[in-house]
Formats: sequence, C-alpha cells, structure tokens
Amino acid sequence: MSAYTIRMAAIAAAAALFAHGHAAAQTGKPAEIKIGITTFLSGPASVFGVPAKAAADLYIEQINAAGGIKGAKLVPVYIDEGVGGDKFLSEYRRVVQEQGVKIMLAAISSGNCNTVAPVAEDLKVLNVMWDCGTEKVLEDKRFRYVVRTQANATTEMVASVLFLLKTKPNFKTIAVVNQDYAYGRDSWELFRNTLLALKPDTKIVAELFPKFGATDFSTEVSRLQVLRPDVILSTSWGGDLDTFMRQAAQRGLTRNAQFILPLAESSLERLGTILPDGVMVGARGDHYFLHPELKDDPKLKNFVQKFKAKTGAYPIYSVYHMVQALDAVVANYDKALGAAKGSWPTTEQLADSMKGLEFRGLTRPVKMREDGQGLEDQLLGVTKKTPGYAFPILDKITIYPATPITAPVGQKSNEWVKKLTPAIMQDPGIKTFPAIAN
Amino acid sequence: MNLDILLLATMDGLSYASLLFLVALGMTLVFGVMRVLNMAHGSVYAFGGYAAASLGLWSASAGLPPVWSLLVLVAAAVLVGTVLGAVMEMTLLRRIYDKEPMLQLLVTFAAFMIFEDLQRMIFGTQPYAFSAIVDYLGVVDVIGITYTRYQLFVLPGTALGAFLALRYFLKHSRMGKQIVAVAHNREISMAMGINVKRISLLTFIGGSILGALGGALALPTTSWVPGNGAEMIVLSFAVVATAGLGQIEGALVAAVLIGLARSFSVYLLPELEVLVPYLIMVLVLLFKPQGLFAVAQARRV
Repeated sequence: MSAYTIRMAAIAAAAALFAHGHAAAQTGKPAEIKIGITTFLSGPASVFGVPAKAAADLYIEQINAAGGIKGAKLVPVYIDEGVGGDKFLSEYRRVVQEQGVKIMLAAISSGNCNTVAPVAEDLKVLNVMWDCGTEKVLEDKRFRYVVRTQANATTEMVASVLFLLKTKPNFKTIAVVNQDYAYGRDSWELFRNTLLALKPDTKIVAELFPKFGATDFSTEVSRLQVLRPDVILSTSWGGDLDTFMRQAAQRGLTRNAQFILPLAESSLERLGTILPDGVMVGARGDHYFLHPELKDDPKLKNFVQKFKAKTGAYPIYSVYHMVQALDAVVANYDKALGAAKGSWPTTEQLADSMKGLEFRGLTRPVKMREDGQGLEDQLLGVTKKTPGYAFPILDKITIYPATPITAPVGQKSNEWVKKLTPAIMQDPGIKTFPAIAN
Repeated sequence: MNLDILLLATMDGLSYASLLFLVALGMTLVFGVMRVLNMAHGSVYAFGGYAAASLGLWSASAGLPPVWSLLVLVAAAVLVGTVLGAVMEMTLLRRIYDKEPMLQLLVTFAAFMIFEDLQRMIFGTQPYAFSAIVDYLGVVDVIGITYTRYQLFVLPGTALGAFLALRYFLKHSRMGKQIVAVAHNREISMAMGINVKRISLLTFIGGSILGALGGALALPTTSWVPGNGAEMIVLSFAVVATAGLGQIEGALVAAVLIGLARSFSVYLLPELEVLVPYLIMVLVLLFKPQGLFAVAQARRV
C-alpha cells in the first residue's frame, strides 16, 4: 500500500467518523431550546424581577452569540409572577403544555416555588428554582425534576447569624421587623433558632411584622426607640426595606442600634447615603460586583459593565441568580451531552444530570446536591461610604462556605439549626477579607 | 400601658391618620356630590407621589434649595389632580353618573388598573424617593424619642388645614354652596340654574387634588413603588365606609380612629396591626350599616 493510499484511507476514515459523530449529535437535537422564565414584571417584587429579566435577555443573547448550546439557540418565554397564584399556575401549564417548553426557571417567590414544584414533577419538566429561598420545598419532598441553583433560606440565615456574632459578639437584646408574609416569618424562625442555639442568653425584645407593602413604619420606629434593642434585624426587601430604613434613618434609629439586613445588597444603590456606615448587609449568595476574590475576574467584570451600560444600575442578587440558573442549564447540557454519548439528552437525563452538577455563575462555583439543593457560599459585609461611589459599598467582607451552614440532605432545617454549636463559627472554610483602606 | 406609650402611639397614629384623611377626604367629597365611588382615586394618589418625586428630583438638580421643596410637592399635587381629574371627569365619569352603582365601580376600577399599567410604563418598577424636606426640617425629641418635624407638624397641619379650608369653602362661598346643593339634589339644582356639569367637573378636580396631595406628602417618608395606590385605596375606602359615604367631618373622625387604633395595636397587639382598620370597619358597619355619621336620607320616590 502506498503512502498515498494510506493517507487517503485515513482521511476517509476521519471523514466517516466526523460524519457519524456529527449525525449522532443531530439525533433529537432541536433547532432552538425554549426556556420558560417566571419573574416579577409587576407588583412590589418587580424590583427583583425586572432587573433579572434584563439580565436574562442580556445573558441569553451572549450565550446565543457564542453559538448557543451546541448550535441550538436559547429562546426565553417570560411569565409574570405578579399575576398571582391561580393565574400564574395556568400560565405555567400553558407554557409547558402548549408551547412545549421543557426547561422552566421558576420562581422568585417562595410561594410560587411551592406551587410549581409538584406541578413540574407531574408535567415532567425540568424546573430550576432560580431565586426563591424557602428551604421547605426541597426538604419536605424529594423531586426528580425540581432543583435550586442557589442557596436556601437556611444557608442565608445561618450565615447572617454567624456574621452578626463575629462582628458584634457582645450584644444582649435583639428586635426583628420583618414583612408579614411567608418569607418574613420563616426567615425569622430560622434566624431566631440559630441565634438561640449559638447565643442562648440573647433577649428578643420585639417581634414586629408590619403589613407587606406598608408605607408607614412610624409606630415601629417609635417602639424600637422606646425598647432600645442592641441589634435590629430585618429580612425585608424592596420598597418595604427602603421605606423602613428611610424612616428609621430620618428619626435617628440607625445611630442607636446595630442593623443587620440580610437582603439589603439589593437596596444599597437605591438607598444611597441613607444607610450609615457599619450596617451589616447580606447578599443572598456570594455575589457582589466588588467581590473581594473575583472583582477583576473577566467574566464578572464584563457582565457588570454590560449590565450597568444596559440598565444604568449595578447588578443585584436576583440578577446574579438569573445568570447562575442560566449557567447551570448550559453546564448541565454539556454534562448530559457527554453522558449521553452524542445523542441529545432527554428531559429525564437533564433532570438527573443536574444532581451532582458543578458549575460557575458569575462568582464562586456552585455544587448541586443529590436532593437538588445548590450549595452557594454566602457573602456579608458592613456598609462603608467611599469617594468612588454615590452609595455605600461593603467593607470587612466575610464569605461563608455553604456546606457547613446548610442542613444536610434529609434533615429539616428548623430542627437542624437548633443543634448547631459555636464550633461552627471556627469553620476553616470561612474567609475574612481585610477592611478597605481609607 | 403607661402614659409615655399613650403619648407616642397618639403621635404616630395622628401623622398616619393625616395622610389617610387627605386621601379619604377627596374620595368622600366626590361620592357626596356625584354619588360615584371612585376606585381610580388610588391611582391619583400614586401619580401624585410619582409626579412629586419627578418634579422634586428635577428641581433639586436644578439647584432649588430644600426649603422650597414643600411647595414643589404641593405644586405637583395640584398639577396631577387638575390634569388627571379633568381628563377622567370629562372622558369617563360624566358618562356614568346616572348608571348603576355596580357599573360605576367596574368602570372606575378598570380605570384604576389602566392607570397602574401606565405608571409602570412611565416610571418603571424601581422605587422613587425624594425626602429633602424631611431632612431640611430636621427632628425633634419628645420624651426621649426622636420624631421628624415633618410628620409631627407638616402632615397633621396640612390635613387639618385642608379640612378647615374645605369646610369654610362649602359653607361660605358661592361655589361651595352650589356644590352642597348639587350634593343634596342634582336635578333640583339644575332646575335652579346651577351649572351642574361645571360643578361636577370642579368637584372632581378638587377631590383628585386632595388624593394627589396625599401621595405627594407621603412621598418624603416612603420609597414610591408600584402598588402604593392599591394599598391606599383599600384603606381610604375603609375610612370612608366607616364614616358614612359622603361625610366630610365623619372622615376626619374615622381616619383618626383608624390611625390611632393601628398605632396602639403595634404597641399592644402587634399581630393585629394589619387587621385593625378592617375590624373597626366591620364593627361599625355591623351596628350602623350606613356608617358612623350617615344622616337619614329622605326617599325620593
């Protein structure tokens, strides 16, 4: 056999292999992949939902420009969560059953997550819970098709308590002002049980649950001034948090008490100079545009710039969560495609592949547990005004690793947090960053 | 409960009641004269806040000192009330004065929902804030508790001023007397030569200005978000219904009652805070279905 023939044969074989491989990747491969995305486009929670939609548009465009998922373009289908329970559910069913959407990103609201989880299981559609916090949904029942690509309320509240105990160890009294709805109540239960397990002598002097959407906190502020708690906790968000902090600041309450606001990363830019220095602020994850490890990372930096150019604001946690969910979907396709050896993965394969997936959104990587819960690290810091920004940035940042502060698979959070011991505060994974130099 | 709490709860309750009263006053005035329960009144409130925020932020960036920002708030309210009130009266309300109450409710509620969407189109969903006046006026200490002068003096002062001015206007001015006449009987007023069409328009504008003023004055202590209007319309309806529809003095008493009950409940039974306004309404309506201050109506047939 001449060298020529051998070469020809090799080329032919390679071509055949290539053609075969190519054909195999084509089996069942759709021209486009529709992704249903539920987000608040109306109502008070649109402070999260609208920026998150902007992020989804921006990021999907970016993914598609880079070739989509093996050539299949992502096409978002949006549903407004603001329409409320029944209407929301029928919209969800409509998108899945009539438009044939196989992947849903739902939802922001914990109530909506509780509603859609069993429905997704029935419809056999992969449902990525992309922003809701309720830990109960994945603890009360095991799902095949339902996963969450970010932390749950337990991780967030335990991290908040640890940060409070580390930053201000010697307080005696605490008061809470949360919104009167499921998350306001549930997050307080988690926070309280964690706090009392780690610091049993803490005295709770007031538990206030003003109406969801309240515009007047005058009485709450007066009462807190009478009680003079050392620490005031509020897991409120959006207009409620802005208004409460505005009225608290206008009346000097922020000078007399240490505030801890686990969701306030999303309000920092809006509140501007109203928040004084030293308020403890959480980010519902480890994402922050000035992330101490990753602020110069090109992926985060580029996205922050693009998002700011498009919307005029810095990304808030719902934006990061949206990107995180989309990155999880993309990474999961890669993983499932690899496992399916060239054929296009089914929804079942995609759902199973999500368990154990490791992916990176804009900040630290997230690992998906076998119960579908994502392990997302938690970043907290204290506010500090600096010349570079018109609003306070986070100083003295601490990042808590997710694993030790999340209830293990199969355990119920509210029982688990009661058994925490102060040893958790010495976890070697906790990373504290130095204060910003003036 | 001690005297301190009594005093504090009273002050908190009164400042809240002031805003409630301004909005309810506009609503009850419109009902008294036109017999229409205007659900879109909540939109006027919301627009008042948004307009005040826009005008305030613009004037601040143009260098207007904060001392003038109270005037900016009032100007925004007058502007919004006049424009929205006139447009709504002329295009919508005028057509439904003699229709079924149920239809009137549906039409004004539809208008409310359209306005809600319009607000989102115009102002987006992010909260707005403008509080220069509160910072300018500063704070005052009452038995060791810090209050803003704005909530302690400006809000109750404005509410009381609006109430007294409206009463004087209705009792002593020519047009006020015409408004009262139309409120008593539309047809006979027309027969007596009163320009009822004009009176209706002006009353509606007046009511809308009061609603917008409520919004503009609520703005400095709040972050203005979509949905504020819905919240206010429900509460001010509770005030109006408790007082008796169309009762101006009654609305004052009912607003104070609800404001105080709410702030006392935060001290004594915080779990009930959300419920209190409606509990009062239900209790009153159980025993006086026409409201606290409703006067006996002569049957017209």
